[in-house]
Amino acid sequence: MPTLTYRDALNQALREEMQRDANVFLMGEEVGVYQGAYKVSRGLLEEFGPMRVVDTPIAELGFAGIGVGAAMAGLRPVIEFMTWNFAVLALDQIVNSAAKLLYESGGQFPIPIVFRGPNGAALQLGAQHSQAWEGWLSHIPGLKVVAPATPADAKGLLKSAIRDNNPVIVLEGEMLYNTKGEVPEGEYVVPIGRADVKRAGRDVTLICHSKTVAVALKAAEQLAEQERVSAEVVDLRSLRPLDEAAITASVAKTNRAVVIEEGWPHCGIGAQVVDVIQREAFDHLDAPVLRVTQADVPMPYNKQLERLAKPSPDKVVAAARRVLYLD
Amino acid sequence: MTTATAHAQKDQAQAELERRMLRQMLLIRHFEEKAAEAYALGKIGGFCHLYIGQEAVAVGSLAALRDDDYVISSYREHGQALVRGISAGAVMAELFGKATGCSKGKGGSMHLFDAEKRFMGGHGIVGGHVPLGAGIGFAIKYKGGDQVCICYFGEAAVNIGAFHETLNMASVYHLPVIFCCENNRYGMGTAFERVAAVTDVAEHACSYDMAAELVNGMDALAVYAATQRAVERARKGGHPTLLEVRTYRYMGHSMSDPLHGVYRTKDEVEEQKKRDPISQLALKLKEEGALDQAGLDALDAEVRAEVEEAVKFADASPDPDSAELTTHVVAD
Ligand SMILES: Cc1ncc(C[n+]2csc(CCOP(=O)(O)OP(=O)(O)O)c2C)c(N)n1
Ligand SMILES: [Mg+2]
Repeated sequence: MPTLTYRDALNQALREEMQRDANVFLMGEEVGVYQGAYKVSRGLLEEFGPMRVVDTPIAELGFAGIGVGAAMAGLRPVIEFMTWNFAVLALDQIVNSAAKLLYESGGQFPIPIVFRGPNGAALQLGAQHSQAWEGWLSHIPGLKVVAPATPADAKGLLKSAIRDNNPVIVLEGEMLYNTKGEVPEGEYVVPIGRADVKRAGRDVTLICHSKTVAVALKAAEQLAEQERVSAEVVDLRSLRPLDEAAITASVAKTNRAVVIEEGWPHCGIGAQVVDVIQREAFDHLDAPVLRVTQADVPMPYNKQLERLAKPSPDKVVAAARRVLYLD
Repeated sequence: MTTATAHAQKDQAQAELERRMLRQMLLIRHFEEKAAEAYALGKIGGFCHLYIGQEAVAVGSLAALRDDDYVISSYREHGQALVRGISAGAVMAELFGKATGCSKGKGGSMHLFDAEKRFMGGHGIVGGHVPLGAGIGFAIKYKGGDQVCICYFGEAAVNIGAFHETLNMASVYHLPVIFCCENNRYGMGTAFERVAAVTDVAEHACSYDMAAELVNGMDALAVYAATQRAVERARKGGHPTLLEVRTYRYMGHSMSDPLHGVYRTKDEVEEQKKRDPISQLALKLKEEGALDQAGLDALDAEVRAEVEEAVKFADASPDPDSAELTTHVVAD
């Protein structure tokens, strides 16, 4: 199986889906001539031309809405946001148009559209450019939300997202684009709504998604080496719908869980996961579920403060020790 | 006073002003060069957008303002912060993320603030601060003051809805605001004409019944004169102005971007440098006999020393205390 970067896996998914369906087009800032702010769309303008790879002004609200309108009229747009921090400007179209048209039209207007781009913090980009939006986006009925952690999942989930007849939010990661992994060639789709066990274990479940999968895997290694604890790492992959069965099955096995995310704690993804666990696996629990999140503050610029603000393997290990009553 | 001495005094005042402008432009230039060096050394992280080439805009426009006026800008705001009088040390320390920075190391390059200097920030979302500029104008009018607010943004921000919403309201409410569009021709890697139906930004003012001027942004004195006229309109009658200042950025969009990239040629950049705002003003002062080469060299050395000091100060300053992580989230 070829090894690809996360960036190239996304690029492959886009290219294959654009080859497969002439109604799929890509629109966003710097996606064409510049080859993508993060080079995800490299080569696509050359292959598909300017009608299908469309450079936009800095006008997030406008081009998100143009995407929704085009979807109403039969196209399958892929809207790239340079980062999700800027997509906040387009939230009206995502929430008030894309997510609601099917329902409010009594089923007449499905909106097959993908909104994608990097989400969460990179390095020292400061408060306005370092935010994880999955809690916000997953709140909205009518949207699907996926957050792949590996190149293979990135390819498979983006292909599913493009083929889905609903608005799908694809949360990528600036810090993930250069990561490498094996990616199946050609037709490879990962169904939306299915979690994936990235490491099997017995003693504690680490529930994570996107960039925090790497954090959880590191923590699992440390736990194995330092504490002889066998941690299971469950990568949610989809945040809406959430794979409740996978969460429940793992916690039923390990009886303990730590939920990790890049977002803020208040009303975060972890809060939703904890709701599933207390509802579906209450009798299996041997300890309260703990969460590791970004500190409940806007992201500071200073490097040391930023490190303190972010979830880290050490913080996950500490939380795991607590749910295992090792402290 | 005879007219002759009045003339002489005016000439002297003018020469003094021009010398000060030259010094400020040199300060920005050398400060930014040092920032680029420090970035390469890893002392500055994240996004860092340099102002080299655009110095005349900040320097010319801010010379027309009073100390009690307000200034708000985008993420490309080092120049305006320095001219506004935030010390080079406090700005450099902020870029280094140090506790002595003008935002205590919590903001970084894109988020410089100084309430005392009425420097209302550095803002990172394109167009996001344009309404804030009008809001400051609203507060000035509300309190019955005669200050003005100058709001800087790039030409790419003109494609954001908030720009249009704001210009309309600023005009309807008669707000004392100067909208200063720094048209450097590119938003990241996109030439303005590729994404704008109307490429003369100043024309947008017609839609909002607003005064506008197209200004040569490589000429600090032209920027100064145009801003003076805008300030006058704002102070007297609360009439906003849209200034389109044509300028050019010599460096890449940010320190993470290539110098010229695929969207413009190296030749184009070199050609633009021939209109360099610093060389032009220096030449003018020399021609007028207000400054000789020795004087220019001395000025340059003085500014370089100031920037050196700023770097030393930033280097020697401490990181913020870890307790700072959770301060300033909500006000008391
Ligand atoms: C709403 C929004 N979209 C995208 C970005 C990413 N971005 C940052 S600066 C920039 C280009 C802005 O160009 P311009 O307004 O001309 O200012 P300049 O950088 O030339 O000073 C882009 C696309 C952003 N910060 N905010
Ligand atoms: Mg520009």
